[in-house]
Amino acid sequence: MKQLDRKIFSGIGYVSLIFLAILCIFPFILVVSSSLTEETKILTDGYQFIPTAFSTEAYSILFKYPDQMIQAYMVTIGVTIMGTVLGLFLTSMTAYALSRKDFKWRNKFSFFFFFTTLFNGGLVPWYLLMVNYLHIKDTLMALVIPMMLNVFYIIVMKSFMGSIPEAIVESAKIDGAGDFKIYARLILPLSKPALATIGLFLALAYWNDWYNALLFISDEKLMPLQYYLYKMLGNMDGMRKAMMGAGAVVTTSIPSESLKMAMTVVATGPILLAYPFVQRYFVQGLTIGAVKG
Amino acid sequence: MKGHTFWSDLKNYRVLLLMLAPAVAFFLLFAYVPMAGIIIAFKHYDYAGGIFGSAWNGLDNFRFFFESGDAWRVTRNTALYNIAFIVVNNSLQIFAAIMLFEVGGKWFRKITQSALFLPYFISWVVVGAIAYNLLNYDIGTVNALLRGLGLEPIDIYNTPAYWPYILVLVSAWKGLGYGTVMYLAAITGIDTEQYEAAEIDGANIFQRIRKVTIPNLYPTIIILVLLAVGNIFRGDFGMFYNMIGNNGLLFSSTDVIDTFVFRSLITSNDIGMSAAAGVFQSVLGFATIMTVNYAVRRYDKDRALF
Repeated sequence: MKQLDRKIFSGIGYVSLIFLAILCIFPFILVVSSSLTEETKILTDGYQFIPTAFSTEAYSILFKYPDQMIQAYMVTIGVTIMGTVLGLFLTSMTAYALSRKDFKWRNKFSFFFFFTTLFNGGLVPWYLLMVNYLHIKDTLMALVIPMMLNVFYIIVMKSFMGSIPEAIVESAKIDGAGDFKIYARLILPLSKPALATIGLFLALAYWNDWYNALLFISDEKLMPLQYYLYKMLGNMDGMRKAMMGAGAVVTTSIPSESLKMAMTVVATGPILLAYPFVQRYFVQGLTIGAVKG
Repeated sequence: MKGHTFWSDLKNYRVLLLMLAPAVAFFLLFAYVPMAGIIIAFKHYDYAGGIFGSAWNGLDNFRFFFESGDAWRVTRNTALYNIAFIVVNNSLQIFAAIMLFEVGGKWFRKITQSALFLPYFISWVVVGAIAYNLLNYDIGTVNALLRGLGLEPIDIYNTPAYWPYILVLVSAWKGLGYGTVMYLAAITGIDTEQYEAAEIDGANIFQRIRKVTIPNLYPTIIILVLLAVGNIFRGDFGMFYNMIGNNGLLFSSTDVIDTFVFRSLITSNDIGMSAAAGVFQSVLGFATIMTVNYAVRRYDKDRALF
């Protein structure tokens, strides 16, 4: 009886998990497959999971005129590196000060940060501040600044640092080390797991960001990858022009549907390649957050 | 005497305070200054006058927002979508976490978890592109399939009624891995003695899940759900904007506060009303979070946010 229950249960478990897993992966296969399908086939039969008429035309066109794509890649890589490094530095430094138990005002400062998650002025005042007062439109800073500091990450980092034995700080102090030195030389090396996790969360957010570009970027030279993709997906003519180079005749022979998918593949590729290696850090990070946050 | 301590504290903490300074300046400028900017909602904004120089117009912006009928529509949509997301996403995540814990070997678990987590890593732009692949009238996979079966294709991008289902599905799809990992962590933390005791009492696997696993998940479920309830008036802009875009035909069933505020600001440049809608959302959100936190405190003091 008990054996039978277990078997029925396992059956349900396997079937539903495999079903869900396929559901999560299939759309990616659809995109890759469509990018490798002949345009005419897509137009007559629709997007397909297996390319019935194989063609790499979309990719060869994409790589024939790669200037804008490369430009967008450079913007994204630059913003991701700058944002992640600055963000990690500021997050960890802030979290360190807040985690020091002998710092009398730490709760007051914690609340100062935390309150901003409870209440905010909404999009409009923030947008006007950025655009009309800080004149941040069409600058790289518009892409870096908004996501640099996040209260949730500060809290996670703070609880991680709070779990480091206080005796370490105490003994360093007796040896005459200053607060900043304790942070840089002792606490940071001990916080590597938390730094890795939050660094990856930051990097992913920067890589996938298109929202700040939507709000602040109109200069094509400053468009990050995801926003460039967003623009191209919605604007076939623009894409044809970009592909054929300025001043060239816009032809209709560009395989727009498969090209869209090829672009999507190229914009997402690095994440999917890094995914197997970094996934466990995300899982770790969520677990730290779930237990302590 | 008190003043004296303050100054000596200031001196003692000078390095820590300097370390905090950049973040304090950041949040002052990008979070607290915009809070003061709420006054825009009570003004007739003009570019020459700016935030402080523009003329007051009392509650006109709010009156406009509420009388247009938009207020009720977007608030209702935002809340209903979030309620649906909370119920569907959490149930699915708990189910997947329990199954992952109970079924299969190490490799099966690893691979399945990786698959479920994958959608979390891609941008909403890419999700929008994938959705278009599947749902497009002429060449979408769904309609290709329907045609293949000899059925009439459906014009999904012109039919508001389909979208609540589609959006709930997409939200569940993208969030599945993240939530499953959270719940799996909670299940892994359950004391194995409880399982052994259930085993000795002769419980079968269904009984064990119902009597041991799920009750042990209650704290996690309650916290995650209440946190989500606190954000019930915040729409996921990335998702709605990339799935729907500016397709006005679908707004009746898909417009949320965040997309409405964005459009009023960027597209129609109606700064006053956009700000009013934003303030309305912030106040509503603040009240909800306070209520939820009060509820958590009553349930378990240690788990309250503040």
